Amino acid sequence: MATTTYSTENAAGNLTARALREGFYAGLVAFGLFFLFVGLETTQNIRNELVLNQRWGLLAIFVAVAAVGRFLGVLYLQPWIASRKAARAAVVDKAAPEGFFVRNFSKIAIVALVLMPPVVVSLVGVQGSLKWVDNFGIQILIYVMLAWGLNIVVGLAGLLDLGYVAFYAVGAYSYALLSQHFGFSFWVLLPLAGILAAFWGMILGFPVLRLKGDYLAIVTLAFGEIIRLVLINWTEVTRGTFGISSIPKASVFGIWSFDVGAANNFAKVFGLPMSSAYYKIFLFYVILALALLTAYVTIRLRRMPIGRAWEALREDEIACRSLGINTVTTKLTAFATGAMFGGFAGSFFAVRQGFVSPESFVFLESAIILAIVVLGGMGSLVGIAVAATVMVGGTELLREMTFLKAIFGPDFTPELYRMLIFGLAMVIVMVWKPRGFVGSREPTAFLHERKAVSGSFTKEGHG
Amino acid sequence: MSALETNAMNQDPILKVEHLSMRFGGLMAINDLSFEARRGDITALIGPNGAGKTTVFNCVTGFYKPTMGMISMTQQSGKKFLLERMPDFEITRDAKVARTFQNIRMFSGLTVLENLLVAQHNMLMRASGYTILGLLGFAGYRRAKEQSIEIAKHWLEKANLLERADDPAGDLPYGAQRRLEIARAMCTGPEFLCLDEPAAGLNPRESLALNELLRSIRNETGTSILLIEHDMSVVMEISDHVIVLEYGQKISDGTPDEVKNDPRVIAAYLGVEDEEVEEVIEEIQEIQESDGEQGGKH
Repeated sequence: MATTTYSTENAAGNLTARALREGFYAGLVAFGLFFLFVGLETTQNIRNELVLNQRWGLLAIFVAVAAVGRFLGVLYLQPWIASRKAARAAVVDKAAPEGFFVRNFSKIAIVALVLMPPVVVSLVGVQGSLKWVDNFGIQILIYVMLAWGLNIVVGLAGLLDLGYVAFYAVGAYSYALLSQHFGFSFWVLLPLAGILAAFWGMILGFPVLRLKGDYLAIVTLAFGEIIRLVLINWTEVTRGTFGISSIPKASVFGIWSFDVGAANNFAKVFGLPMSSAYYKIFLFYVILALALLTAYVTIRLRRMPIGRAWEALREDEIACRSLGINTVTTKLTAFATGAMFGGFAGSFFAVRQGFVSPESFVFLESAIILAIVVLGGMGSLVGIAVAATVMVGGTELLREMTFLKAIFGPDFTPELYRMLIFGLAMVIVMVWKPRGFVGSREPTAFLHERKAVSGSFTKEGHG
Repeated sequence: MSALETNAMNQDPILKVEHLSMRFGGLMAINDLSFEARRGDITALIGPNGAGKTTVFNCVTGFYKPTMGMISMTQQSGKKFLLERMPDFEITRDAKVARTFQNIRMFSGLTVLENLLVAQHNMLMRASGYTILGLLGFAGYRRAKEQSIEIAKHWLEKANLLERADDPAGDLPYGAQRRLEIARAMCTGPEFLCLDEPAAGLNPRESLALNELLRSIRNETGTSILLIEHDMSVVMEISDHVIVLEYGQKISDGTPDEVKNDPRVIAAYLGVEDEEVEEVIEEIQEIQESDGEQGGKH
């Protein structure tokens, strides 16, 4: 007994000594590194002379942070990580069954989304719900839908498309232009916008899909930019950078309208106080339905021969050809189906904003949508939805963090750092889970039992 | 009915390659090659490395377009296809020629069963009304789906992979992947099956199982087989007809026994010393003459 206490005490003493030593070395290295970088500063004074400023205080802070950080890391962080690793290794052997929440995640999520607007309205009132339903709910769901649409192209068929936003733009402008010129309603133009985007996908796809891998990515990127430049420069039709404004609102299948002056205004009919929140709640359900349609069609298509051919194409194109699969039409259908959902989302975007301009369809949008697909795990609907929520919801949350102003001063605007955090998050997720949040793949058919295919077997596609 | 009798009944060639040439830049990979594969036969294509065997395969299956020559395939029904004019996927879909690859090409992220279902793509596409009827849930597609799973099950049983049906194909050991690739090619319903080194990397026991599988494919479905192989135990054991290539030209053509004793083949495989070249050439000419006489007697 005495010996054990002695040995643990001894070990603890050793650890402290080691931490002190390593902390000292870290301080020394930091001093060496930052002595010239931080400790000394050359500036020009008013007479254009070089002046050497000495910043010993700042240097001391740098050195102290390195030394103390290393000291604490060795003394507390490393043992804690090691013990966690050991604990996890012990747990893995038992292969704990998935909990109720994990098994029914998608059902719970759908129910929560359907219930969200009424709950929010009852909690923060009609006017207060605007922020949560519009900024968070609708915004996230648009990206979920776009990412699910792109998932068909990138995740299933393995075709790297960097210009997906082009189809989003085609959908948005089809709704904006056709509703203004011909007065068609949203419910007529929604499918039409999808068809036009799919048609556009075929036109683009035909020459582009002969290319593979990096070349395909570059050409799709170029086509995305071409569409944006056409929208900017074809001023007679698109009104260029001014964009198209006062796009008509959608109505509840023509029964109730949301126009303020209309006789069948939703709020008037139900005797509610006038508010734009009802329209947003209605739009929330529309985009929820559209996103769920995308998910449903994707799930169904995966079990159809065409979906299986898409995944086979991602795995090995030459083998596909040797099995009698026409790879050109298979790729085209994937491109067109993905584009169609992009078109749906685009026309929804137009009706929600009431205003479209080429500003909304820059390359950054394509990159964000692609990042969501990659982060979520290519081909996985749940993973992509989670990634979209984290990415888009996270950047919206940054806007809310006004308390950061108290720390960093009144000039600090947290949303300016969103791209930095976005990049950081991507690096962290790629290190931690290189296959995205959900890396495994559900098989589409089985004989004995359905076993998830580990991400290490699936390929990312090459063309 | 023995194999010999079957052969006697179906002497008509299923595949006829005439004056096939394939040039890659300055390299003549195949030079004026003509051969026939008879229906119901297992035809082996052998030769030293770089002889152009895989190039012949790629020409037959449409992965290369030959520089010159004609490749015609006659189906059981009498329908004739000119393979050199068809794109690769149509050769499998319409002409019913299936193939495997020298370095296995699996859909490694799909399960074994899914691999076999992908092979039945064209049948399932038609049954699902090109996806539209299937999406709407028509019964015709459901029946076709069940049928396709039955076909897959049949071939899984044949390839001895039924237990591993729900595992990812990339998880299978090498020999099982080779068998799966053959099973997958058979799921396209071919009349003519081209196998590119099916026994490469197999141990002797797996080679035996492969022989068994190939024979049962030929005997039960009547599929004719063309195979490239280096493993002589497989070639001599199962093939009815052997064609030997060297430097893109045919140097021998006949039954396994004839080919085995052909000095040209021996020379091609083992090489000849410079002093002996004349000698061997004479010997070869003698044999050719005697071959001619024997041919006349038959």
